[in-house]
Formats: sequence, C-alpha cells, structure tokens
Amino acid sequence: MALPQRKQDATDARLAAVTLPDGPAWLTKARKAALARVSAMGLPARRDEYWKFSDPTTLTDTAVISADLADASDREFAGADALMAVFVDGAFDADASDDLEAAGVTITRLAQAQDITWAGDLLGTLEARGQSPVERPLAALTTAMATDGLLIHVTGDAARAVHVRYDRKDAGADVALHHVVKLDAGATFTLLESGAGAARFMSNMEVDVADGATFHHVRAQGRDTGRRMNTHTFTRIGTGSTFKSFTLSINGALTRNDCIMDIVGDDATAHVAGACVGDGEGFHHDDTVFITHDAVGCESRQVFKKVLRNGAVGVFQGKILVKHGAQKTDGYQISQSLLLDGDSQFLAKPELEIYADDVACSHGSTSGAIDEDALFYLRSRGVPHKTATTLLTLSFLAEALQEIDDESLGDDLRDRLAGWLDRHQS
Amino acid sequence: MLEIKGLKVDLEDEDKSILKGVDLTVPAGEVHAIMGPNGSGKSTMSYVLSGKDGYTVTGGTATLNGVDLLAMEPEERAAAGLFLAFQYPVEIPGVGNMTFLRTAVNAQRKARGEEELSAGDFLKEVRAKAKDLKIDAEMLKRPVNVGFSGGEKKRNEILQMAMLEPKMCILDETDSGLDVDAMKLVADGVNALRSEGRSFLVITHYQRLLDHIKPDVVHIMSNGRIIKSGGPELALEVENNGYADLLAEDA
Ligand SMILES: Nc1ncnc2c1ncn2[C@@H]1O[C@H](COP(=O)(O)OP(=O)(O)OP(=O)(O)O)[C@@H](O)[C@H]1O
Ligand SMILES: [Mg+2]
Repeated sequence: MALPQRKQDATDARLAAVTLPDGPAWLTKARKAALARVSAMGLPARRDEYWKFSDPTTLTDTAVISADLADASDREFAGADALMAVFVDGAFDADASDDLEAAGVTITRLAQAQDITWAGDLLGTLEARGQSPVERPLAALTTAMATDGLLIHVTGDAARAVHVRYDRKDAGADVALHHVVKLDAGATFTLLESGAGAARFMSNMEVDVADGATFHHVRAQGRDTGRRMNTHTFTRIGTGSTFKSFTLSINGALTRNDCIMDIVGDDATAHVAGACVGDGEGFHHDDTVFITHDAVGCESRQVFKKVLRNGAVGVFQGKILVKHGAQKTDGYQISQSLLLDGDSQFLAKPELEIYADDVACSHGSTSGAIDEDALFYLRSRGVPHKTATTLLTLSFLAEALQEIDDESLGDDLRDRLAGWLDRHQS
Repeated sequence: MLEIKGLKVDLEDEDKSILKGVDLTVPAGEVHAIMGPNGSGKSTMSYVLSGKDGYTVTGGTATLNGVDLLAMEPEERAAAGLFLAFQYPVEIPGVGNMTFLRTAVNAQRKARGEEELSAGDFLKEVRAKAKDLKIDAEMLKRPVNVGFSGGEKKRNEILQMAMLEPKMCILDETDSGLDVDAMKLVADGVNALRSEGRSFLVITHYQRLLDHIKPDVVHIMSNGRIIKSGGPELALEVENNGYADLLAEDA
C-alpha cells in the first residue's frame, strides 16, 4: 500500500541520510530488513493513531536539536553493586567501564559482534514481531541505525547487576543503540540504565525471558532539560517467568517510552511502571504500553504516575490485549497525574481488548491536584508549604516507586524526586 | 495569650457571614471552654485562627502573645505556638505517621531557631507519649490517620499536641467519638500539659469532658458571637437546660 505523499517524502528524506553501520553479514542483513520495514511503514506523523498526543517531528527529522548538558556529578545508582558499561554520546568508553565479564553472564558489544548465533536469532526479531498490530517505525529505524549496544546472554543466576550509563559530552549528539538480553530458562538478571545519552537518544532493548527466568530493569533517564529520547522495550515472556521494568524520568524536552510485552507462556508475571516529573511547557513525556496476553494464568501490571507543573504535558497510552484462550488473565493498569497547577496537561488513552471470558482486568486513569485539606493539615502542624507539597507529591508517586523490588534502588530514586520537588516549587 | 477582638469572618466563595464579631481572651495558663449550638461558628473560628483558606476576615483582630496571627501563614502560626486538634482529623494516604510527626516537630524547631531532634531522641519521645495515650506502635507506622477509628484519630491529635508542645491549644470536639476510658486518657494527656505558660481553648458539646479538664471560664457561642461567659457552672446549666434560655436571654 502506498504511503501518503507527505509521509513518503519525510521518510525518503530521512532514509537518504542514513548510512548503515558496518558489521558482520548477519547483522547487516538484520539492519537492512529493519530499514525495509521503515520504508514500508513510513516514519510516524502526528496523524498516526498513537502519535496524536505527541509530536514525533523532532525524533524523525534529519537534523538534531542540541541540548545543554546537565550537571552529571550526582549519578543515579552510584551505590549499587553493578558491573558498569559506559557509553559517551553513544560511543563505548572502555576506560570508564568495567571488564564486561561477570558470573553467569556473557556480554558482547554490538559494535564488536561477530558470529553470535543466539543474537543472530534474536536481534530485530522481537522488534519485528512488535510491529503488529501497532506499527513502530522508529523502533525499526533504531534497529537499522544502532551503532552499538550490549548483547547480554544470561545463563544462570547473575550475581551482579549490569549498569549501563549513558553520559554526554557533545551537546548535539544523535545516538541510536540497540541492546539484546537473552535469559535462559531459570536465569535471573538485573539491568540498570541511567543518563540522558545524547541530545537525541534512540534505543531499543529486546528481552527474551525464557521459562522460569526473572528479569529486573530499573532505569533513570537523565535530567538534561533539552534532551529528546525514544526508547523501545520489546519483551517475550515465557512460562512461569517474571519481567519487571521501572523508569524514572526527570526533565527532558521529549521522552517517549514504548514498552511492548508479549506474554507467551502460562503463569508469567509482567510489570511495567514509571514515575515522571516535569516543569514547564518544554516538558513532554509519553508512556506507551502494549501488553499481549497469549497464555493462561498470567498477571500484568502497569503503574504510571506523572507530576506536572507550569504547562508540562504527560501522555499515557496503555493497552491490554487478551487473546482467545488467555484465561485467568489478571491485568491491572493505573495511570495518574498530579497537576501542580492549572496549566499542565495529562492525556490518557487506556484500552482493553479482551477475547477470553475468564479474565479480571481493571484500568483507571485520574488527574488531580494536591489535596488542599491534607496540605492545610500538614501546615497547621508547622510543616512549611514546600515541604508539605513534597511530602504529598512523594506519597502520590509512592505506588509507582513500590514497583521497584530493590529497596535501596527505590530509595535512591525517591531521594532524587524529593530533591527535584524541593527545587521546582515557587 | 490569645486575644480575639471583634472578629468578623465571611465565607470566601459565598456571600455568607459566619463570625459576626467574636470577642474572646484566654490568659496564659488558663483553660477556657466554648460551647454552643451546631453551626454557631466554633470550628470556623478555630480554622480561621489556624489559617485555613476559604474564609475572608472582614473585621477585627486575633493575636497570640501580641503577635498578629491573621497575618501569618499556617505553618508560622504553628511555629508561634498555636495548635488545633481538628474536629475531623485528615487522612493522608502515603505519608507515614512517624515521618509526618518528625517533619513537623523539626520544622517547628527550625523555624524557632532551635536544634532539631535526633532520630533516636524523637523515637524515644514518641514511644513514651504514645504509650501514655495507649496508641500502639503499629498505628504509628501507618499512614497519617488512614484506617484509624474515630477515637484513634482523636488520640492521635493529642499525641501530636504532646509532641509539638504548643503554647495555645485549641481542641475542637476532641471528646466526640471517644469512649469513656479514652476520654479519660485524653483528659489526662491535656492535664499533663497544663502549665503556666500554656493555655487551652476546649470546644465541646458535653459537660463530661469538663469534669476531667476543669475550665476556668466557659463561653457560649451562638450565631457567630460569644453571647455569654461564666464559670464552670455555665456548662452544667447547658447540660441540664440546653441553649433555649441562654439564646432567649441574648435576644
Ligand atoms: N466551607 C463552608 N461552606 C459553606 N458553609 C460553611 C462552610 N464552613 C462553615 N459553613 C457554615 O458556617 C456555619 C458555622 O459552621 P461551623 O462548622 O463553624 O459550626 P460549629 O459551631 O463548629 O458547629 P458544630 O457544633 O456542628 O461542629 C454553619 O452554618 C456551616 O454550615
Ligand atoms: Mg464544629
């Protein structure tokens, strides 16, 4: 089917500027296939159903808008015991990184990948699967363009987490990375990510969670006000396995986090959660989630909380699709915003599509202000307005932060939120 | 201590006057009680004194030890020594009782230029005071007032008062919802705090509380004004005869 002319032109212009990175034959093949997917779908435009609330122009344009570098002295998860992998403007920094060898985990860089059979089978596969029923052309573009990333194979119980840190040096960097994580049956692994990565940062992560495996993902997206970021997480979740992902977003001009979860094995657990705080009209944050239940007795959970002020915009698009035969599905979805003033906006599109008859799915979306009675009660006890607002805002965010299993990681992020809230009050 | 002169208050959103010239003085060290029919303006007065939004002061003054209360933010009034035990304590999901109390105690200390209480000292003090009020440790761990029974909420108000050691304590129907034993506990808590430098204004509908907390003066509020003041016997008169005679006298 031919694309609308405008979309065709925009796509042609963008693809003309793309040069595929060098790599082994299998990788080049995967990249070319991804590029073909982009050509066929065309790049996203405001008219597309899942881009109505967010303008993709600055993600699709050939040119990149530069973004000031935030102070990077106080880093997230600094206290965590994790193997460090550092990328600076998308380029791997071996000096700043640990030796990428850890117990129970094999890590290879995409940029150095030769013949890795498991990665060859997986890379681009989950992304391609995730193109239906909703097209995600930016994910395919990222698969094609990604210059580096980590190919992580977890064969057992990984004793240490891996922390991928995205640093910035160049205010105008345009970066695409692609990670693949494969957990063998019964394996466990925790992946941490932090930092803004680039002025424009595109990243894919494909996670294959085999039967009985457990994957934890905790991410803090950098505080750089002007950064633009589009992440895609594609996961396939096997029988009796667990996938849990949490994202904290502080600041950023545009953040679009897509999470596509495919539950294919019975009795599996899939959780995705996020907290974001934004101040000003220049802040736009979009969580787009698509969960497919294609197995019996699985539980999925989406918890998203957004704190917005001074004209900040938050978006949530979350869909639960329960296929024929996916009985005993337990799907929960909540998306809430706390608007600290009348100028901010929260746009939510919760969707349920259910083809099985024995399921329990619930979803709720709310938008509200600080509870004035609670605020007065706290102040009447001597708690200053600012502190009281921070306390109440943190209590609003608590349900999302509770999704992080590791308490010290959760505390780290809570402290950052408290600091941000104190700084961003008049 | 507390001096209210000709205080007139309207609702902000409606063209409705609630307080129509309240005159009331509570000297240091004294306990005064306010009684009065439902809707006469007792809670409104305590809210206005604590700085709640939604009211417009159209006349009069209110001072605490000579300082203009009405010009201050609610938290400044608290730091200056004012405390209101709410008629309806507010539930705050997600904020732990202990976090709340410690934040409040230390914020007040900081505002007064005093040293903050260490975590250890704070804990010791809360535990001791909670024990006196028969508030169990589990309750302290819960979010502020969430899932508390009516009586537990009232006891929690008194615990806050005991921790904050205010100078001027306003108790708005703290006795309502309390069982007989709890009322005695609360009264004991109040009596333990009675001192030369501390005053109480106790709003109540019932004589029973005043058996335990002996007031120096009893005021009757009706239709936004204090219509009569007298000794403890005034409370007995209300208990026995209701307000009809007093209202008729005023008219
Ligand atoms: N926010 C408000 N909106 C509308 N009416 C109000 C508001 N606040 C107070 N009022 C009215 O003001 C009057 C006084 O109320 P207030 O709560 O002060 O009475 P009270 O003396 O404390 O009564 P009670 O003994 O029942 O507690 C009542 O008629 C009440 O309905
Ligand atoms: Mg009242």
